[in-house]
This record gives sequence, C-alpha cells and structure tokens, in this order.
Amino acid sequence: MSTLLLDPTGELSPAQRLPLAKPASLAGLTVGLLDISKARGDVFLDRLETLFQSRGVKTLRFKKPTFTKPAPLPLIQEIAGKVDVVVEALAD
Amino acid sequence: MSAPEALPDGLVAVVKKDCPTCVLVDPVLVALERAGVALTVYVQDDPAFSQVHKVVDDTALAWSFQLGVETVPTLIRRVNGEETGRAVGWEKSEWQALSGMPALGNDLPDYRPGCGSRSVEPGIAEQLAVRHGVVKMAARRIEVPPLEDPEELCFDRGWSDGLPVVPPTETRVYRMLQGTSRAPDEVLGLMPPNLVPCTVEKVAINAVMAGCKPEYMPVVLAAVEAALDPAFCLHGLLATTWFSGPMIIVNGPVRQRIGMNWRGNVLGQGNRANATIGRTLQLLVRNVGGGRPQEADMSTFGTPVKFGFCFAEDEATPWTTLSESRGFAREQSCVTLFSADGPMGCVDQKSREPAGLIRSLAGSLRAVAHVDLANASDAVVVIGPEHGRVFDIAGWTKEQTTRALHEALVFEGQDLGMGTDKNAVPVSGGKGRVAKFREGGLVLVRAGGDAGLFSAIIPGWLMKGSLGTDPVSREVRP
Repeated sequence: MSTLLLDPTGELSPAQRLPLAKPASLAGLTVGLLDISKARGDVFLDRLETLFQSRGVKTLRFKKPTFTKPAPLPLIQEIAGKVDVVVEALAD
Repeated sequence: MSAPEALPDGLVAVVKKDCPTCVLVDPVLVALERAGVALTVYVQDDPAFSQVHKVVDDTALAWSFQLGVETVPTLIRRVNGEETGRAVGWEKSEWQALSGMPALGNDLPDYRPGCGSRSVEPGIAEQLAVRHGVVKMAARRIEVPPLEDPEELCFDRGWSDGLPVVPPTETRVYRMLQGTSRAPDEVLGLMPPNLVPCTVEKVAINAVMAGCKPEYMPVVLAAVEAALDPAFCLHGLLATTWFSGPMIIVNGPVRQRIGMNWRGNVLGQGNRANATIGRTLQLLVRNVGGGRPQEADMSTFGTPVKFGFCFAEDEATPWTTLSESRGFAREQSCVTLFSADGPMGCVDQKSREPAGLIRSLAGSLRAVAHVDLANASDAVVVIGPEHGRVFDIAGWTKEQTTRALHEALVFEGQDLGMGTDKNAVPVSGGKGRVAKFREGGLVLVRAGGDAGLFSAIIPGWLMKGSLGTDPVSREVRP
C-alpha cells in the first residue's frame, strides 16, 4: 500500500508536479544533446545539431554509457553545469 | 470507512486470546450460545481461540472501535439498535444480570479485571481514528509511490527548508491535532505572501514536518495567530531584503510543561520544543504562504535564525517577565513575536556595578544597523544570568535598567551622519539630541547559561512601528 501524505501547502498549484517552464527563445542559450546510447539516437541528434547550429544556437554533445540505467551523477552534474536546455533522444 | 454492517442486537462480547480473563470467560460465552441466547462474539486477535461456534474476526478492530470498547472482555446488551447495558471485565453479577441467566458462570470467581482492548493501544488508536474519519482532514492527499522515499518526496516538492522534514502522514497529523482543542478547519488568518487561509489543520501538518510534539500545538497556534496580526507585518518581514525573520519568546507555565530551554545555549540548537516551534512558523510561511527565498523572500543574506527562532524566558529572576510587561499575569502562558536578526554578543567581564554594564551594553547597542544611525530598528537584549546578577544585587529593576540604557543611547544629532535624517526622533529637552531607539524599542529579557558575563543583542527589522513591524503577544490557549 502506498503512503498518503497531507499537502502542507496553500494548494494553489496542481497536485501533479508541473514540468519546468520552457524558455521563450534559445537565443544566447546552450543546448545539450544527450545520446542515451540507443541505436540510431546519434543519427537523430546529428540532424538536430545541424539544425540548431544553422540557427546560431550553441550545442554540446553528451552520452550516457548505457540506456538501461539512469545517467551517472557526474554526467548529470556536468550537463547541469554546462547547458541551459537538454534534448534527450529517447528511442530507436 | 465504518464497520461493514450494522451492529447486531442481543448480547455482544468483545474478547482477545491475549487476555487471561477472556480465556476464563470463554466457557461462559459457550454456555450462552448453547442456551440459545442471541450472541455475537468479536475476537480481536485469534478467532480460533474461542470455543464459541459463531465468532467474528475483528482483527481489523472496526467493530471494537465502533463499539467504543476500551477493555476486554466487554459484554454489551443491544435492543433495537440501542445499547441498553454494558459489563466491563468479568463481574459475575453484572454478566448474570445482562444475560438474564442467574446461574451464569457460577463456577468462576466473582470478579476478574479485564485487559486493554487492542483498539486503544497507542499507535493503533490513532490509525483507527483516521480510518473511521473521527477527524475530518481537508488537505489534499499526495500519494507516495511504493518505491519512493517519503522524505525525498518532501524535498522534491519543495516542502522543506533544506533540512529533512517528517513526512506528514494522516496518522501523524491526527495525532498532532490531538494537541489542541481547536477545530481543524478553524482559520487563524491569511498567510502571506499569497494570503492563503491558514487553518489549524495546515498548522498541524507543518508542525508534524517541523518535528513538533502534539503538546507544542497550543504554543505554535498562539505564535501563528500573533504572526498573522497585521501589526506584526509578517508580509513585509518575510519579503524584506534585510536579515530579519520572526522570533518567538515564550513565557509562563507552558515553558516547563513542554520542556523548553531558557538556560545554556538558549538561542542555539539542541532543544526540541525551541527548535521545532520556531521552524513550524517558517515552514508555514514557506508552504502555506508561498514565501520562499529568492522569490517573495528577497533577503540579501538571510540569517541562520530563519530556520526558526524560538526560546523561553528565564522567569526565576527578580525582574518582571516579558509577558508581565506586556500585560499578562505570571500564571498565564503566552508568546511574544519580534522581528529578529541573528544575535550579537556583548561581553563585559569587568563591571560589577550597573553603571559599567549600562555603558558596555549601550556602546554595543549603538552599533545596531549602523553606528551612526538613529531610530532604525528595535532590539531585544537577552541579559545573561551573570550580567543579570549585577543588576539584581544593586536592586535595579528591569524598568530602571531599560530607562538607563535609553538615556545612555541619546546622541547629538549632528554627530550621527546617517541619523540626522527625518526619521531620527528628537529627545525632548535637549536641543538637537536624538535617541538611538524609539520608546519601547528596547526590550530586555532574561535567559542563558549560568557561566559567562555576556548578554545577547538581537536587532530587528529596520522597518518598525506603523511603517513595519511591532511586537505582538498572544495567550497560549488549549
């Protein structure tokens, strides 16, 4: 049985946690492209990188060792320290 | 959720195997069943122990709870849905009267006391109360997925001040609500900055998270009421770029009842009541009000005391207490809220006369906010026991000491570069002279450990009086 907690807040926001607000523009931001090591994810990310760069958006590439496990903490921290936005190629 | 069916008429017995008296009376129950009496036997632990044919498994304790059983065995007679009689434990004559069988249990002793019902065991009683909706709790329920750590969920949802919080389960919040006689849906006021109605229930939830015991609730509720008094100006205080946060000083018998600290390390860590009462108020600001650092809370630096700041006054001194000065009787428990920055030490290990100590304290107080600023913030001065003794031996009252400090903190306006503005208060009778603190702006209290010729100066928010905050007191009510 799962535990139930009583909401301690003013309940002004939805019970479901909302995703972070997306930036209105990528101008001046750095986009991280995260390859999760699934087949042909790199093909998708290569194409995206070309498109981003053609629009003057700076990109950085990252790769998870394996798609079967969460990203290692050092990789998460490296990404968080270097980029503003991440695109993750999830599927093959 | 209540018991699945209505309670039966006839005789109702509640027993458990783990009770020698229940085991003793089981043959009596068998005799009743054999005599054709309408009998229902509820067993709280092991239904197989009874030799009665028709026993009802009440290991979930729903029936026991509904019947309000506190002791087993309990024998109840019910007629047309109403209880008409009850025998607790084994009292032969009572059982005979209830059953209408004069020879019932004649071979047993006249009297054996029962055992505690499982439904009132600590821990179980609260769970049953929650399950059966004894207290209506209105807060939204947040489900913790089975493999998720509840404490991590509290962090992830932003409910924490940065330290771990106790996950507010229904049972814990129910238990916290038992600490007050006030209804969970009573609204104490609007919690800034989002001006959300702050109910007793929301206070209880955040008190659980802060680590309070239920018996702290009356103090917490009084503190929240004081904080929400417009005179305290919590809205501005939580939002200011200045250091301050709310500080709670507790007076009266409740200090001892809940084990508060007014002795060594009084302003520091280590006492549960001091730490968690203050923390609850700040969690309420954060969670109910939505006042968070780098958002509505614009404090440039903050201060460690914004995790929560609460302590009790030492009332075993010749001085009138803070609460007495604020119009309460010594027998009354109350809280007084101030705006407060972190404490600043004042050491004077040489003065053995009040005059010297006044000079030392006044010199230190002059530096509050800025050495050349007059009439900026108020200040609370916590006089330590060894400093206090200097005043006590000389027979100086608190009022006398406060007056002397005020008089020692009057300066020529032209000497105060920043204090000569329109905010500076001219002192009557002196041309161009201004007071460092407004009348009533210096508050002296007594607390601290036995050793150390020190006192603590606790400055407050720069915005005071009608432009900002004033101290607010509230009586602690059950």
